[in-house]
Amino acid sequence: MSAIISISNLSKTYEGGFQALKSINLDIRTGEILALLGPNGAGKTTLISIICGLVSPTSGTVTVSGFDIIQDYRQTRREIGLVPQELSLGAFEKAWDTLRFSRGLFGQKPDDVYLEQLLKDLSLWDKKDNELRTLSGGMKRRVLIAKALSHEPKILFLDEPTAGVDVELRKDMWDIVNKLRDSGVTIILTTHYIEEAEQIADRVGVINAGELLLVDDKDKLMKGLGRKQLIIELKDPIDKVPESLDSYAIELADDGQELIYTYDTQGKSTGITSVLQDLHAAGLTMKDLNTTQSSLQDIFVHLVQDNKSNA
Amino acid sequence: MNIQAVKVIYKYEMLRTWHTLFQSIASPVLSTALYFIVFGSAIGSRIQAVDGVSYGLFIVPGLMMLSLLTQSVSNASFGIFFPKFTGTVYEIMSAPISFFEITVGYVGAAASKSLIIGVIILITASFFVDLRIEHPVWMVTFLILTCVSFSLLGFIIGLWANDFEKLQVVPLLIITPLVFLGGTFYSVSMLPPIWQNITLFNPVLYLVSGFRWSFFEVSDVNVGISLAVILLFLAICSAIVWWMFKTGYRLKQ
Repeated sequence: MSAIISISNLSKTYEGGFQALKSINLDIRTGEILALLGPNGAGKTTLISIICGLVSPTSGTVTVSGFDIIQDYRQTRREIGLVPQELSLGAFEKAWDTLRFSRGLFGQKPDDVYLEQLLKDLSLWDKKDNELRTLSGGMKRRVLIAKALSHEPKILFLDEPTAGVDVELRKDMWDIVNKLRDSGVTIILTTHYIEEAEQIADRVGVINAGELLLVDDKDKLMKGLGRKQLIIELKDPIDKVPESLDSYAIELADDGQELIYTYDTQGKSTGITSVLQDLHAAGLTMKDLNTTQSSLQDIFVHLVQDNKSNA
Repeated sequence: MNIQAVKVIYKYEMLRTWHTLFQSIASPVLSTALYFIVFGSAIGSRIQAVDGVSYGLFIVPGLMMLSLLTQSVSNASFGIFFPKFTGTVYEIMSAPISFFEITVGYVGAAASKSLIIGVIILITASFFVDLRIEHPVWMVTFLILTCVSFSLLGFIIGLWANDFEKLQVVPLLIITPLVFLGGTFYSVSMLPPIWQNITLFNPVLYLVSGFRWSFFEVSDVNVGISLAVILLFLAICSAIVWWMFKTGYRLKQ
């Protein structure tokens, strides 16, 4: 798939010396949903802000549909819609007026038919004449999405779109994102809710301390880097793990009723057979066996911790 | 050029005037009418003619300048400060729009509002005095140049200010004293010689003087110098705005 956004050696050092991005290289594919994961201060918002023109890069280049974001900013910005993290909206203007303003700002001629459909799709049509200050937080978030889509962009950036949003609206939001992807819009989102990235993203990028630690297809990532756990339920509880099992990554859980063995699916051998044999030799009787696949969250935490310990 | 963007910014800013109609238009008109009653009629009737012009008539250009300068600065500064304050400036900064277009939209709207106020004050004044305008074309030229250049100054203040106090401090502590000491209510020749010389450093003097000349053909300084000073002021303000956008001053990190 062709890249709609190409980021090469992008670095940003803010006044005061804080280096928010360290030589980022990333290609974002046309039509995909890319989730950027990372702890607070990792550099996610800085990366988005540079592409959208809100922050100047210190070095490196970014192209959008082949155009440079600085030299050809008019072409690149026309293609991009941004939903910021904060609920940054005026107070006294009406939803309808603010949408018309946004569309014009991005150089598009008025198109009330398109804007009407957009408001209907976002369940905002009945609020079109309401002053923005009277809308709930969730409705304001929808208005921000509508504003970002008002000029019919090909790329949509969602910066922490579900922060502070209730469960129902969050679900609605992901439905909207899915519909947009189906209509061909490329979506880049940052989120703290890893399970959402797991549900919705095609690819996942992990950023920590200004470095892009990895970018990969979500499914591949989970398969490839996923750690699995073998949960062994014992017939009789034990006080401590027998010495003969010390060499394995085994933990005692559930008041001695369970043994949890963590193994790497990428390893040459999982070690399950020998664990079970040694368990039998130690005189333990099994009641039940179960395996669990590690979540994206576990992978994420692992990567970030590794990154910290290597720093 | 992104004409649509300039249009929507201009329209948005002009609409804001109607939302705050009293503050934007009624308030300057009322205060000007009060100035006419107090200075023009009550006190003015006891003051002899200045340079052959009755005092009530003499203060008309100065009063217009007083309102134009303060309104231009406050409208333009608030227009760009408010999106910064609420955070909605992100949208302008991420739009396919040049700094020139942003400036035309905001400063154009602020200058238009000041022009409207200027015209309303002129009409209000005609109820109190017998107006005469010797050079209407020059009057309109000075009017437009003043509105645009001081709207640019207001725009600079709005970009510079990062809190409400800073937004107020320049108009209150610099613009208002300069306007009052710039010959709004008097001819500089009425001052002691030393103050006449000090007043020459006040740029507002040149605006008021040039503007007054277009009404009555009387001025404190040569009209050519007045025009040059206002054009120089316009150029300096334009250069500062250009530099602010080029460096992203308080807009972009």
